[in-house]
Amino acid sequence: MRYLPLTPEDRAEMLARIGAAGVDELFADIPADKRLAALPDLPLHKSELEVERTLARLAARNVPAGSVPFFVGAGAYRHHVPATVDHLIQRSEFLTSYTPYQPEIAQGTLQYLFEFQTQVAEMTAMEVANASMYDGSTAAAEAVLMAHRVTKRNKAVLAGNLHPHYRETIATVCAHAEQPLVSLPPAPQGEDDLLGAIDGTVSCVVVQSPDVFGNLVDLKPIAEKAHAAGALLVAVFTEAVSLGLVEPPGAQGADIVVGEGQSIGNALNFGGPYVGLFATRQKFVRQMPGRLAGETVDAEGRRGFVLTLSTREQHIRREKATSNICTNSGLCALAFTIHLSLLGEKGLTRLARLNHAAACDLADKLAALDGVAVLNSSFFNEFTIRVPGSAADVVETLAAKGILGGVPYSRLAPEAGLDDLILVAATETTTADDRMAYAAALKEVLA
Amino acid sequence: MNREGRGATAPMDTLSPAPTTFTGNRALDLEEGLLFEIGRAEVTGIDLEEPEAFSPRLGGLERTAPLPLPGLAEPEAMRHYVRLSRMNYGIDSGLFPLGSCTMKHNPRLNERMARLAGFADVHPLQPVSTVQGALGVIAELNRWLLELTGMAAVAFTPKAGAHGELCGMMAIKAAHAAKGEARSVVLVPESAHGTNPATAALLGYEVRSIPARTDGTVDAEAVKAALTPDVAALMLTNPNTCGLFERDVVAIAAAVHEAGAYFYADGANFNAILGKVRIGDLGVDAMHINLHKTFSTPHGGGGPGAGPVVLSPALAPFAPVPALVADADGLHLKEQDEGGTSLGRMSAFHGQMGMFVRALSWMLSHGADGMKQASEDAVLSANYIRACLMDLMSAPYAERPAMHEALFDDTWLEGTGLTTLDFAKAMIDEGYHPMTVYFPLVVHGAMLIEPTESESKASLDLFIGALRDLAMAAKAGDKDRFQGAPYYAPRRRLDETRAARSPVLRWTRPAPVPRAAE
Amino acid sequence: MSEIRYSKDHEYVRIEGDIAVIGISHYAQEQLGDVVFVELPGVGDTVAQGKEAAVVESVKAASEVFAPVSGEVVEVNGALEGTPATVNEDAEGAGWFLKVRLTNPAELDGLMSAAAYEDFLKTIS
Repeated sequence: MRYLPLTPEDRAEMLARIGAAGVDELFADIPADKRLAALPDLPLHKSELEVERTLARLAARNVPAGSVPFFVGAGAYRHHVPATVDHLIQRSEFLTSYTPYQPEIAQGTLQYLFEFQTQVAEMTAMEVANASMYDGSTAAAEAVLMAHRVTKRNKAVLAGNLHPHYRETIATVCAHAEQPLVSLPPAPQGEDDLLGAIDGTVSCVVVQSPDVFGNLVDLKPIAEKAHAAGALLVAVFTEAVSLGLVEPPGAQGADIVVGEGQSIGNALNFGGPYVGLFATRQKFVRQMPGRLAGETVDAEGRRGFVLTLSTREQHIRREKATSNICTNSGLCALAFTIHLSLLGEKGLTRLARLNHAAACDLADKLAALDGVAVLNSSFFNEFTIRVPGSAADVVETLAAKGILGGVPYSRLAPEAGLDDLILVAATETTTADDRMAYAAALKEVLA
Repeated sequence: MNREGRGATAPMDTLSPAPTTFTGNRALDLEEGLLFEIGRAEVTGIDLEEPEAFSPRLGGLERTAPLPLPGLAEPEAMRHYVRLSRMNYGIDSGLFPLGSCTMKHNPRLNERMARLAGFADVHPLQPVSTVQGALGVIAELNRWLLELTGMAAVAFTPKAGAHGELCGMMAIKAAHAAKGEARSVVLVPESAHGTNPATAALLGYEVRSIPARTDGTVDAEAVKAALTPDVAALMLTNPNTCGLFERDVVAIAAAVHEAGAYFYADGANFNAILGKVRIGDLGVDAMHINLHKTFSTPHGGGGPGAGPVVLSPALAPFAPVPALVADADGLHLKEQDEGGTSLGRMSAFHGQMGMFVRALSWMLSHGADGMKQASEDAVLSANYIRACLMDLMSAPYAERPAMHEALFDDTWLEGTGLTTLDFAKAMIDEGYHPMTVYFPLVVHGAMLIEPTESESKASLDLFIGALRDLAMAAKAGDKDRFQGAPYYAPRRRLDETRAARSPVLRWTRPAPVPRAAE
Repeated sequence: MSEIRYSKDHEYVRIEGDIAVIGISHYAQEQLGDVVFVELPGVGDTVAQGKEAAVVESVKAASEVFAPVSGEVVEVNGALEGTPATVNEDAEGAGWFLKVRLTNPAELDGLMSAAAYEDFLKTIS
């Protein structure tokens, strides 16, 4: 077995040193009648070539986004990731290191986390950010729990246009923690009464912008109402590239900002691993979940970095911890920070403009089709169309024509009764030809 | 005659002390500033065209303030991150004996497989007809996990071990609720991972601690005594955090079930028993599996992990959505469970697919025979280390065979004036990542060594030699070697008190230096 | 003339009229090591004997501070927020945590005098 360096002679010598007659003696505490002789239903070891063949066969049964005109978003977006990013995150010292508990030999990880925290804080216009969470949806759930701690209330209000998966993730945690939750119904054109749901019993109001239908939401009046009621505004985004063009949530009064960072540096990966972004105000920092890298000095006075404020964490506080999370999404955060440092403000702004331009062009092309309506008055790189009949059937028929045309909203929330809506995304990776092909195919499907 | 002006190389009689350098660099040890100190606002390392003229539809929410995000040209970015990487220790650099964390070899085949376009460039919400192979990976991973554990179902969406714990405990809470029972207490042994009580508390449970007996394991009688009718579950790590197999586990499981409670097993140490015993045969109801430990997906400096949970028949109906469903047409995803028994949704989408591919690649490579051998080698190596150090260092619970970890405490340091931390830092100078220190909490000054199956005997012997030399130096009173350590790392010991007292959690532009008065 | 009394959890209470000044003992700060943060209750909150009144954090540990006596919080030592090191430098003086108005002065009888506390420390070291 290529991964196991010990030889039979080594094993015999080691057993002799231990004073054991055989390796089974070392497993003597496992009840004898439970010990396995073998696992007959599993295959034996395979060579690298054989494993490649097996997995390549499975990979070949998928349609990669890059092989077709591709317009699927709804919380995960296809962007171009520079070759440099993927090379750097595979450096041994990044890939095969552990959580930086020994800071003297983990300055590389600690410094990039410090840089990552700064970038996330800057792009969201917040004061502090943590070293990342699992993904956007779990970050949103953690934001709700944090708001409960800060306000000492336990009822959150979720805007109707929050991504249904995010809503369910939050609802699952709140249900099991026996906390009340108010979740407004979806309003594709933004006509819900969020302000009316905020009162003095509410810990936080959770609002996504761009929302799941792609609409941009003015957070300022919501922040004002929330603050007047002693509640926090939790702002959510699923498309980090939007921050290249859109007013950041921190500038609109958000108290906690959470988002999905996949768009920057990370591939689609069929849903994971991704990277959750989490930022807040300085005064709430001790209530914030997740790891934090902080600056300090070493014994010779040189600048260095350590994990800090770790008394918030479960390995020290146990049942009094702020959260049960003990992993961040280190390598995905590294990919994010490398991609963003290659972009810089100049690149991020231009990337965002390219995305917005592609979406504007596509919206115009689709709106021109008979029977198709674009619902949005504002959007970034994703918008919602209404089609006659079943959106799910339309998307399937498009797929059969070799076009991945978006996500039927009914797939995310079948109970909502919004069966004729498709969420359509366009990024810098879609070409003008792709967009024309989409419009032509949709016209055929609806004819 | 030497016309080059080059001096002959001759051995020097005396060595002069190392000079201070202008850059602060020391040959291959390179210092690196922060991104914000070397980047510039006007620079970008990515060529992007300006879009053709179009009318924006941002609804009046355009960003007006600049974003203070500096850019780097590609060569600068390459150098910045390569230099940072060189300040890190990884498994590829050397033995990484971090107990409970399982730092085993990360095969690069798995990286290559995860990057196949058919896995990496696939969207979670594509029509399921276009992702049959991706669902096939999940199905295949589930099959392996069920075979290896003897359980009934896999909840594949949890994103890491602690998230899996949360999922498993939610399933338990949902199962009690379905029976109309409101139980309020979770039993956790003293030696448990800190995440166990944190998870139980998050779900509103009162945590009650169970003491260990003198040999480091949990006594079935102690569990029975604590099993009052309000107990919802027992959370037990097996092999436990002291590196011992809980030999009463079958009796403990029976008692837990007798009391109408469920048995949650923390799977952090599953790698010791993989292919040796199936936890389903031991009476476990739920266990998370850290794919980044047992199945070698890279730790990546602290994530991403993956923590699928295996469930017994009693808990399987409460698994989260999405769930995988197979029929004659192929594989499907059940994404909602309106009115059903599912505990709900752990996160958006379908779990850590990139990690599933890597783990499956590891499983296929090892096969049933290789996995069993890997467990045996990991356990053999840990016992070998313990046997070779026991005469110098104190090993609690050594009357029992160790599993995959060798545990020492700090009794042997008594009188030296040195601590476990000092000893750990001196290991850095010897070229090793320290073992886990001060965990488990039940042992004073704990040192928990996990060599894994990835080390050759020569590597283990050198490691043992280094630790023996350090232990003898400690006992001989060579305090400087420890208290000043590390000497040779990119940084000396860092001031954690300062970091915590006045936290600096982000870079801020330094205030401009005031001009001298004219 | 103020009187100081100690609990078995190493909190002290110093009586100044009907006000009790509460903090952690010199011994407790030594055991904790460098204090990095103190979480205090709000003025107007009530604290109950034996229940959590504050949290004190060092780099490696977070510990609850249990109220040695019951009462209503009339003042907290806000200066500790900026300079938690004061707890290490002067635990039983400038490093006090909170002041409460006693609701049950009889509780003081169950606490140790300075001399008794000194003896108690000898038994646990």
